[in-house]
Amino acid sequence: MTATTDVADVADVAVGAAGRAALLVLADGRFPAGGHAHSGGAEAAVKAGRVTDVPSLEAFCRGRLHTAGLAAAALAAAAAAGADPLELDEAADARTPSLALRAAARRLGRQMMRAARATWPSPALDTLASARPRGAHQPVVLGLAARAAGLGPLDAAYAAAYEAVSGPATAVVRLLSLDPFHATAVLARLAPELDVVAVAGAEAGRRASDEGLDVLPAPSAPLLDITAEQHAAWPVRLFAT
Amino acid sequence: MHLDHPTTYPHRHTYGAASPLRPDGTRRALRIGLGGPVGSGKTATVAALCRALREEVSIAVVTNDIYTREDAEFLLRQAVLPPERITAVETGACPHTAIRDDISANLEAVEDLEDGTGPLDLVLVESGGDNLTATFSKGLVDAQIFVIDVAGGDDIPRKGGPGVTTADLLVVNKTDLAPYVGADLAGMARDAKAQRGDLPVAFTSLAAEDGVAPVRDWVRERLAAWTATATAP
Ligand SMILES: Nc1nc2c(ncn2[C@@H]2O[C@H](COP(=O)(O)OP(=O)(O)OP(=O)(O)O)[C@@H](O)[C@H]2O)c(=O)[nH]1
Ligand SMILES: [Mg+2]
Repeated sequence: MTATTDVADVADVAVGAAGRAALLVLADGRFPAGGHAHSGGAEAAVKAGRVTDVPSLEAFCRGRLHTAGLAAAALAAAAAAGADPLELDEAADARTPSLALRAAARRLGRQMMRAARATWPSPALDTLASARPRGAHQPVVLGLAARAAGLGPLDAAYAAAYEAVSGPATAVVRLLSLDPFHATAVLARLAPELDVVAVAGAEAGRRASDEGLDVLPAPSAPLLDITAEQHAAWPVRLFAT
Repeated sequence: MHLDHPTTYPHRHTYGAASPLRPDGTRRALRIGLGGPVGSGKTATVAALCRALREEVSIAVVTNDIYTREDAEFLLRQAVLPPERITAVETGACPHTAIRDDISANLEAVEDLEDGTGPLDLVLVESGGDNLTATFSKGLVDAQIFVIDVAGGDDIPRKGGPGVTTADLLVVNKTDLAPYVGADLAGMARDAKAQRGDLPVAFTSLAAEDGVAPVRDWVRERLAAWTATATAP
């Protein structure tokens, strides 16, 4: 490599020295970091009859975007902005009341860590991996991976926020045999809101790395937490969450 | 703080099956994947292999059930291995993704087994039952067995597909059922030969005494080769 590596000094990394291409790689649904086995609560919502069609999928994704999505975006942005990953990991714990979701976030974080270390090797990732061998919260690792890829807080926030809605949309295509074009159109309709959430997450992440992690948003979706606990106890399920 | 340069930070860790060493420098277990259509006898083969080899070598198993833990629970009930040597991976409705496109959960399961139960010689990874195109990533396993059965149609070897054509060992199971389903075993052998050239094919009936013998012998050969290469200076 590369011009990117050469121009990347501290300031550049903080604002994102890499271009859009690295973000496409990181945010690709096929990035091999374990996401395919998770529905983000969609399987439980489908079983409960709350997601049955395209409009209810859209409502579900919108709710998730503004709660779990915003929290993840802010955590990822803070990690990308250089906040301490171990403190961020604790902040993520505090924002994840469900034990099942905490366990899932760490499992996904460990998988993201493996993929990120192979794709963008970096001492910061190595350090977090040895401090949290069983996995740190996925958004924190995602943010650190973004930083290792030369991306900035806003990029990290975009990746986290997009994942919060693309995962359930893909899962519902499988769960309900929903028309895949309609499911993708849901994501397209949510794009303007996703922009807003990503910008808000990035702003919070930047502030958190300067002013302390208490400024990170803590939006909650109690139903997602409750159904995640129930879902984890199902004997038969298609998705891990 | 700077971005890593690839020559400054080469891959220091084992991310896939390519390196025969664990991060601590010891030899890792040989990893063999078992794939094939639903119900062909993958779990039965895994169980029989464990029974046949567990006195000689240290074994663990990873199962990839599609939406249950049935395979892992079957192996636990049969007590083919102590429970801490059997792990189930959840695959999110897509068994081939977990063994081919995104292998991270399976790699973690394998590594956790090695860390948790001490040095292992052999890890068997059973895929969830899938279609004829499902194959294991080389990043996950060192060799793969594709298990079909005579009752699934004796034209499957002729149809080919990545599993039948490229697996390191093709197992045609349930030969005891051939008379009942009118399967032409000689024809299956001919078709398999045509698809696979010199790659081996084993015909098995796990209903018979010591029916897993041909697969067991093949696994023994692979283990010997693995130990020889992995300990070579
Ligand atoms: N007659 C006969 N039955 C067999 C043989 N091998 C397996 N079976 C039976 O076939 C059924 C399916 O075997 P499994 O080992 O569970 O098949 P599998 O490939 O693991 O199935 P999935 O994991 O569900 O894809 C079970 O009832 C086995 O007892 C055999 O050689 N002969
Ligand atoms: Mg099975």
